Amino acid sequence: MGPFLWREGKRNQKKGVYIKPETNFPIQRASSEMANKLISEMGLPKSIANVFSARNILTAKDALSLSEFELMELMDVGLEEVMAAVGHISEISCPPYQTALSLLEQRNHNEYLAGHLPTGLKGLDAALCGGIPFGVVTELVGPAGIGKTQFCLKLALLASLPTSHGGLGGRVIYIDVESKFSSRRIIEMGLSSFPEIFNMEGMAQQMAGRILVLQPESLSEFTESLQKIKVSLLQHDVKLLIIDSMTALASGEYGQGPPKLGWHISFIKSLAECCRIPVVVTNQVRSQVRDEASRYVFQGHDRADTLEDTSKVEYHLVAALGIHWAHAVSIRLVLESRSGKRLVKIAKSSISPSLGFFFRIDASGISFLNYEGEEMSGPEANSIHCQGQSGIINYDHEALQ
Amino acid sequence: MDVSSLPISPSHRGKLISAGYSSLSSLSSLSPSRLALDLKISENEAVEILKVASVRSGQDKIESGSRALVNGAQTAWDMLHEEESSKCITTSCSNLDEILSGGIHCKEVTEIGGVPGIGKTQLGIQLAVNVQIPAEYGGLGGKAVYIDTEGSFMVERVLQIAEACAQDMLEYNTLLRRDSQACLVDKQPKSFLDNIFYFRVCTYTEQIAVINYLEKFLSEHKDVGVKVVIVDSITFHFRQDFEDMALRTRLLSGMALKLMKLAKKFNLAVVLLNQVTNKFVEGSFQLTLALGDSWAHAATNRIILYWNGNERHAFIDKSPSLPSASSPYTVTGRGIRNSTSNCKRVKLM
Repeated sequence: MGPFLWREGKRNQKKGVYIKPETNFPIQRASSEMANKLISEMGLPKSIANVFSARNILTAKDALSLSEFELMELMDVGLEEVMAAVGHISEISCPPYQTALSLLEQRNHNEYLAGHLPTGLKGLDAALCGGIPFGVVTELVGPAGIGKTQFCLKLALLASLPTSHGGLGGRVIYIDVESKFSSRRIIEMGLSSFPEIFNMEGMAQQMAGRILVLQPESLSEFTESLQKIKVSLLQHDVKLLIIDSMTALASGEYGQGPPKLGWHISFIKSLAECCRIPVVVTNQVRSQVRDEASRYVFQGHDRADTLEDTSKVEYHLVAALGIHWAHAVSIRLVLESRSGKRLVKIAKSSISPSLGFFFRIDASGISFLNYEGEEMSGPEANSIHCQGQSGIINYDHEALQ
Repeated sequence: MDVSSLPISPSHRGKLISAGYSSLSSLSSLSPSRLALDLKISENEAVEILKVASVRSGQDKIESGSRALVNGAQTAWDMLHEEESSKCITTSCSNLDEILSGGIHCKEVTEIGGVPGIGKTQLGIQLAVNVQIPAEYGGLGGKAVYIDTEGSFMVERVLQIAEACAQDMLEYNTLLRRDSQACLVDKQPKSFLDNIFYFRVCTYTEQIAVINYLEKFLSEHKDVGVKVVIVDSITFHFRQDFEDMALRTRLLSGMALKLMKLAKKFNLAVVLLNQVTNKFVEGSFQLTLALGDSWAHAATNRIILYWNGNERHAFIDKSPSLPSASSPYTVTGRGIRNSTSNCKRVKLM
């Protein structure tokens, strides 16, 4: 009779579901739908399940958005019963857990290259434990003309290459917001870096045929295509998603206050994770008065000594999408120029120290001048320099023609 | 004692009062069938009400009769002893441990926030590993629950930190063995990974569900001794697409209360990682931890990680027992460590 009887029974039924290492990602996908699971299907005793549905509390989300006391008042039942019901709903909606060890073993066993897309850039791959990781969002930030798109094109090419040549041998979805995608450039990169493949009859066509380019024109169109690709990502062996860039869309709506990218941030992250593919996103820069919004209140008194040199109003570059976005990306690579030389820095990564590599853009795409990264200290890794940029732009033109 | 304070449904409460049962004593010598008749409810329901009422009045008697002045209270002296005997989880950075008076404390909720890339997740992973340091090495020998809301948990990194920790223990072991022949327990890096229970949470509903479920999970795993619960981050799902701010505050404070309860009940440390946001204060934008002012009350301790020049620093923004202080730290390949620069280590503010 009491509420505890059915709880016990339920727990035993559920036991087998807890750890299923071999099918981890389908569970994760299913669990994101758990929030909308109907209370009527959770095996609560009929009497209380009926009360929930009579009060229009239909899903786990509805029920868990209310406190126990609110539920008591709404449903007109005692605290004990409410607690038992909430406990039961929570247990069912709670995602399954696994140990970090089983997570590691599963990644190593099930995933090609232990879940990394090698960039072919030696130092960078070593620092990132093998390349651009699957399942998370990697961001490229930098001023115009620095080589973000070149980087993206190169990655697209790499992912489409057969596995025998270090690629992922799959399809690539390239969301080209700024209309900068160049098939000619990809073929050029392919010809110069993998001549043995691209000189083969029909191979260039096959490789380029694996790269699907979408060119949304507005934020709403972009949103729509994101929702659509979710299905195709899983069905069509897509190994990489590139969005170049996130900023162009958001800034289109700047007139009406800050862009609302909250939904996009979570959706893109969940795409990466559900499909276990790398997602690469580019971000532009904007200028900001130095020190604006980079201090806490308690640091206030330190300000006096920096104030004098900033009195002439110094501007510096920051990533265009703000701090909210920056929290969401797992790896941030900053591309910048220092006295005419291009530098790529690992500005945020949970596995790598902050390293910087000088690179140049050539026919084969991107190549490093040296493979031993330069250690970046402190916030230097996050700053974006842009010196001698005009030279760089000219160089770009040469490279492209 | 009034019936209005009984945890029963409002309609039953209403019926009791309208039938003239306003105090608990009026229910004490009543038979279920009589009550059922009076209130026009089923006999089962009447039994339930009487059960609740007798439990409640029983409590009353103990409270007035026993030595303890207030039921469930502890004297400050007892609490002091308990605090002294409870161990903390080291951060692997002795400067940081120093300002935290030993590390992250059990029975407390500690919030840690900072800008992207400052090392929040690193600290979270470090704590999940360090909590497992066996008692022979001055650790807690516990296990960790890691609730990942952002997908930023990298197992490769956990393995790196665990390897460094196992290596440190081995070195400590050889140092110690010169005096005593005792062979201390060896820990394999992979066994650290086996003791981290990882929950990946994809929506805020799931986040609430996990925290509700934790109590049961911890009771069922009492033998394994989970000593730290890390939520990385508490913020993520509440920052995306959340328009009803009143609801957000309500849900967050409900969660904070439950976590506090867990920390006390199971004698474990709760660590909540938080993001930062820009706030307009005194004519300029400044950084502040996310989720607003009412959330700021939720945690026992609040630590802010920030850049001080080229160095990472941790600052105790709020704590009932620790003085406001800051200390440098670094994130190395081996995990969180002392800053290598030799300038003044700990600064009291």
